Amino acid sequence: MRAALTILRKDLRIEWRTKESLSSFVVLGILLLVVFTVAHDPTPAEAPALAPAVLWVTFVFTGILGIQRGFLLEREQDCLAGLLTAPVDPAAIYAGKLAANLVLLGVLEAVVVPLVGLLLHVELGAVLPGLLLALLLGAVGFAALATLFAAVAVRVRAREVMLPLLLLPLLVPVLIGGVKATAAVLAGGLAGARDALGVLLAFDAIFVTAGWLLFPYVVRD
Amino acid sequence: MTAPPIRAVGLTRWFAGTPVLGHVDLTVAAGELVVLLGPNGAGKTTLLRVLAGLLRPSGGELALFGVDVRRGADTVRGRLGYVGHETACYPDLTGAENLAFYAALFALRDARARIAELLAWAGLEAAAHRRVRTYSRGMQQRLALARALLHRPALLLLDEPFTGLDPEAAERLAARLAALCAEGCALVLVTHDLERTAPLATRTAVLHRGRIVWQGTGDAAAIAAAYRAAVGEEGGCGRR
Repeated sequence: MRAALTILRKDLRIEWRTKESLSSFVVLGILLLVVFTVAHDPTPAEAPALAPAVLWVTFVFTGILGIQRGFLLEREQDCLAGLLTAPVDPAAIYAGKLAANLVLLGVLEAVVVPLVGLLLHVELGAVLPGLLLALLLGAVGFAALATLFAAVAVRVRAREVMLPLLLLPLLVPVLIGGVKATAAVLAGGLAGARDALGVLLAFDAIFVTAGWLLFPYVVRD
Repeated sequence: MTAPPIRAVGLTRWFAGTPVLGHVDLTVAAGELVVLLGPNGAGKTTLLRVLAGLLRPSGGELALFGVDVRRGADTVRGRLGYVGHETACYPDLTGAENLAFYAALFALRDARARIAELLAWAGLEAAAHRRVRTYSRGMQQRLALARALLHRPALLLLDEPFTGLDPEAAERLAARLAALCAEGCALVLVTHDLERTAPLATRTAVLHRGRIVWQGTGDAAAIAAAYRAAVGEEGGCGRR
């Protein structure tokens, strides 16, 4: 736990200083939202139905970019060797990187969600707690898988292509769960989304456990 | 009798069907400084990374401090220091922040005093609060060495540690390595700089095509002659 917090603090300090992930997150996120809104040109009645898909597509594509950057930090100057030769359980490295990725995804959501409300005319005030819960659960499943596969992809030559190739097929259950939970929350609040949120929670448990158990094997050659 | 810091028997490592290490036998006792020589591609860096636990051995036995690395590598990691070709220091943290980060990972109790001591040893006190990205190659190498020494390792694995150092820093490093050796630390140095390391070495091993083909002691001239005899025309280096 102590090592995971140390790694989390280090990643956030570097991000705060360089703002490399955040700047790409925010710019790409806004760009995707604007493109979707302009391309579909939805009427105020249609727009709320489009919101879950727009939200999750934006979330996943920008998230992949930022999470990949998190592991490039460890690749530069072979810092991963420094971590792996320290008396730290590799699972703690996974926990620290996962926590850092979740913080970054949280910042991304804080930017993207109000913009979705604004551009797609979705009234978010009443459904905000449920929406945040759906996004949080989706973010945990997404970050759990992306953190694991970023550790694999960062070691290969075509890493920018490899991460989406490895990640996206396995991410389908989380994406479907996330879109369904978001749509249910927007349609009927938290009460109507109980089943979809339960499915997301189950995938989170599976993916976090899998990441925790597999990371020590994928991080060493 | 205490177990030696390194005991490798028949150690092998393959990459994509190609053997890079083939049956390496190497034992390093506490207080020994073993210099590892070999031509480019001999497997020196691979051997060091296997010893550091960064690469899994494909075969053979490897025990560090008597602990089989396949079963209990985590228990010995805190006793091991490693400097590879790259510094393992984060370019966007300062020198002091890098050392503080690793001190926290190693759970050092006297972290502040130890960091100050090593920054002074490395001659980085004035640059301690500058981002590592702004350091020269030599400064980065000194910081990497300070990082590896931070937790007072009982086994130090160094890959070309004199690279990028000016003569004064190189002298300081040589003195530190001799002192560590006298204190009982075991050291394995990969280098081509025989002139500088021969006086420090308690033993020199020549690695060729993934195997240790010669081990012995002597001055730089004697080792260079033994190296040439062991490696032949392939080894274009060995003495600088």
